[in-house]
Amino acid sequence: MKLEMGTGTALRNIIGRRFGHGWKRPFSTATCDVENQHSANANTNAKSINLYSAINQALHIALETDPRAFVFGEDVSFGGVFRCTTGLADRFGKTRVFNTPLCEQGIVGFGIGLAAMGNRAIAEIQFADYIYPAFDQIVNEAAKFRYRSGNQFNCGGLTIRAPYGAVGHGGHYHSQSPEAFFCHVPGIKVVIPRSPMQAKGLLLSCIRDPNPVVFFEPKWLYRLAVGEVPEHDYMLPLSEAEVIRKGSDITLVGWGAQLSIMEQACIDAEKDGISCELIDLKTLIPWDKETVEASVRKTGRVLISHEAPVTGGFGAEISASIVERCFLRLEAPVARVCGLDTPFPLVFEPFYMPTKNKILDTIKATVNY
Amino acid sequence: MGSWWRRSSAIAHHMRSFPKVDLRRTAAQIHQAGSSWSNPFQSDKTLTPRSFPCNKAFLFSVERFKFTVAGKQLDSRHDDDDDEQALDFPGGKVPYTSEMTFISGSFDQRIPCYRVLDDDGELIRDSDFEKVNKELAVKMYSNMVTLQMMDTLFYEAQRQGRISFYITSFGEEAINIASAAALSKDDIVLPQYREPGVLLWRGFTLQEFANQCFGNKGDGGKGRQMPVHYGSRKHNVVTVSSPIATQLPQAAGMAYSLKMDKKDACAVAFIGDGGTSEGDFHAGVNFAAVMEAPIIFVCRNNGWAISTPISEQFRSDGIVVKGPAYGIPSIRVDGTDALAVYGAIHAARNMAISEQRPVLVETLAYRVGHHSTSDDSTKYRPLEEIEYWKIDRNPVKRFRKWVEINGWWSERDEAQLRSSIKKQLLQAIQVAEKTEKPPLTELFADVYDLPPSNLLEQEKQLRETINKYPQDFPSDVSV
Repeated sequence: MKLEMGTGTALRNIIGRRFGHGWKRPFSTATCDVENQHSANANTNAKSINLYSAINQALHIALETDPRAFVFGEDVSFGGVFRCTTGLADRFGKTRVFNTPLCEQGIVGFGIGLAAMGNRAIAEIQFADYIYPAFDQIVNEAAKFRYRSGNQFNCGGLTIRAPYGAVGHGGHYHSQSPEAFFCHVPGIKVVIPRSPMQAKGLLLSCIRDPNPVVFFEPKWLYRLAVGEVPEHDYMLPLSEAEVIRKGSDITLVGWGAQLSIMEQACIDAEKDGISCELIDLKTLIPWDKETVEASVRKTGRVLISHEAPVTGGFGAEISASIVERCFLRLEAPVARVCGLDTPFPLVFEPFYMPTKNKILDTIKATVNY
Repeated sequence: MGSWWRRSSAIAHHMRSFPKVDLRRTAAQIHQAGSSWSNPFQSDKTLTPRSFPCNKAFLFSVERFKFTVAGKQLDSRHDDDDDEQALDFPGGKVPYTSEMTFISGSFDQRIPCYRVLDDDGELIRDSDFEKVNKELAVKMYSNMVTLQMMDTLFYEAQRQGRISFYITSFGEEAINIASAAALSKDDIVLPQYREPGVLLWRGFTLQEFANQCFGNKGDGGKGRQMPVHYGSRKHNVVTVSSPIATQLPQAAGMAYSLKMDKKDACAVAFIGDGGTSEGDFHAGVNFAAVMEAPIIFVCRNNGWAISTPISEQFRSDGIVVKGPAYGIPSIRVDGTDALAVYGAIHAARNMAISEQRPVLVETLAYRVGHHSTSDDSTKYRPLEEIEYWKIDRNPVKRFRKWVEINGWWSERDEAQLRSSIKKQLLQAIQVAEKTEKPPLTELFADVYDLPPSNLLEQEKQLRETINKYPQDFPSDVSV
């Protein structure tokens, strides 16, 4: 199927290419692509597109393959504030792709109802920072809908998409990483892609998964991450972590945009003779403990990095679990390089963030423990 | 003003408090309602025991962009010239006025409530009402009695320590049964928690009610929730959840699905007076209105949210006046009048489906029982008040009178019904009490469609613990 891209999108692709399949992030030295090249099948058509285009493709495919799929949220009709929903309303009509009133609890509640009737309800929350009014609907309703009804009802067709994470200038309310709140809720899944190719496949899996899913999209990568994305309909498995860089001295675990920072740290560490294994968790709950443990059993060291504040962040869960299961194998304490325990600051963002050098220093400290 | 009214002056007296206004004439006529701020909740904490106006039913459909005029019109010197002066703004043309006036926060008169039977169960003369034949009337009445008896016995069972919790619907039997009777089985119902009568009407058995309350393996919910958190896909009633009002935006989504499928059905969401203060009420009705979803919102205004009287819940004239704020046609009904509830819900349903839009029905009643078995309402309201509503304003007795007046029911029928229901209830409780709880696997199933590895692991660990310390665990759950 051909995706029509406007001039703007084409231009962005060209700009993306100018940076060499990668993207520049202020205050870091990330220049390389973290994309895992294994997936490109020789026979499939793949185009170099950015994250929001990949998500847009996934949404087009979702609506095309399921007449009972709907996309809704604030401002999705004209294409959305991040252009993820471009072209959907024109193509599928305003009964299937529509703006909602400005009310997150309504968006998610409405989505639960729609999903409970057997539809695929793809709800957009404009920024993860604004997801909290919907927290009750997500935690008390969506997550428990199947369980409390004895499986007579379910809202598995619900997928909630929200842009998350630092963007360079977002401050308190356009930069948050709230994934940890949702990882504490049995009954939902939390998925975070690291690249355009991953995003398309994971999003399609989330949409088609028979459980309610919260899909956080790293907004930083919307335009700046460009990669080869197969044009066809494909899905990537949930709850399967991926080793995206093999190594033997230390295991690094992360998700989303942070992985590229971690990748830079791995490259630098290699220059100092440290071989780093880097794992993309992808699904935070239910998370793939086996892959992480297998890696830790090999390396004996683990470092977790996320943008969200360190205290109570999802790194704590990973750390506790690894210590429980791999204690005797560990050569050093489990390390976490995360955001500070402050609201996400504006001017101080570079200080707040878990930078490449913070990670690099911690890699060395862990290896030299 | 006279040219606006197409009804008799007697009714106009009531209409004046809430008239429909032609857009073009409003320029001169928007002003503040007199000097009287009528606060319906001034001194007393309760709905005063007086009968509501008995005139014809009003269905106020306020279309978008129409104004409502509060109170009387004072000034008639503005002529038609002003009518053409209108401004364009997002949202359409709006007339303007150079007279600064505020719409009053309340109208001179409360919105009247629709009732058809008087306190003695006799049909009020010249009532607008929907006829109910013998079969339907007897079925409605029997169900109301059954609900009342079920509540009585299950409440007792809780008091005896046999079930952990219960919620009664005393005083709201007519709301429960008559609304259910006016719906079709294809209408998807989302209860709050005081509407078991809907399930009862649709064929949920007394045994099934008891099973859920005892949380045994016959419970469709698999013993996971507290008593009275019923649900049944077979009967098109969505499982109850304790958080208040969360079902309202969900109902809008379900209604939208029905709309997409062009089904001859609507969604019906119930909420109490207290629940309308929740954000989800606003979310639900607003979404329903914008999405033009075929849904009936039924607000059971029974005067109390646990110990909070409606005077501490809102300052509006109940809930009916909130509908127009969202563009939703609304009606207020005497919730203790089964015929009125039946007629109103039936009409609301027709409107919701044929016009593909939401409708709001506020049913007025009194919560005769305590909030739940965890509450003793004599702590915050006088016993005499409770007794008054229980005895003098009893919806079951009132409907019985009407059914008997029609010659469709006798004392013998009553005795037979009560004796049979009592037997069935006692048996249902006994059987439910003896029935095993669901097996341990049901603790871990249905969290997701399939259990993930962390749950499989936890189940394994738990089983080891159970083997080691069986005394820590209840014996009626098979492991």
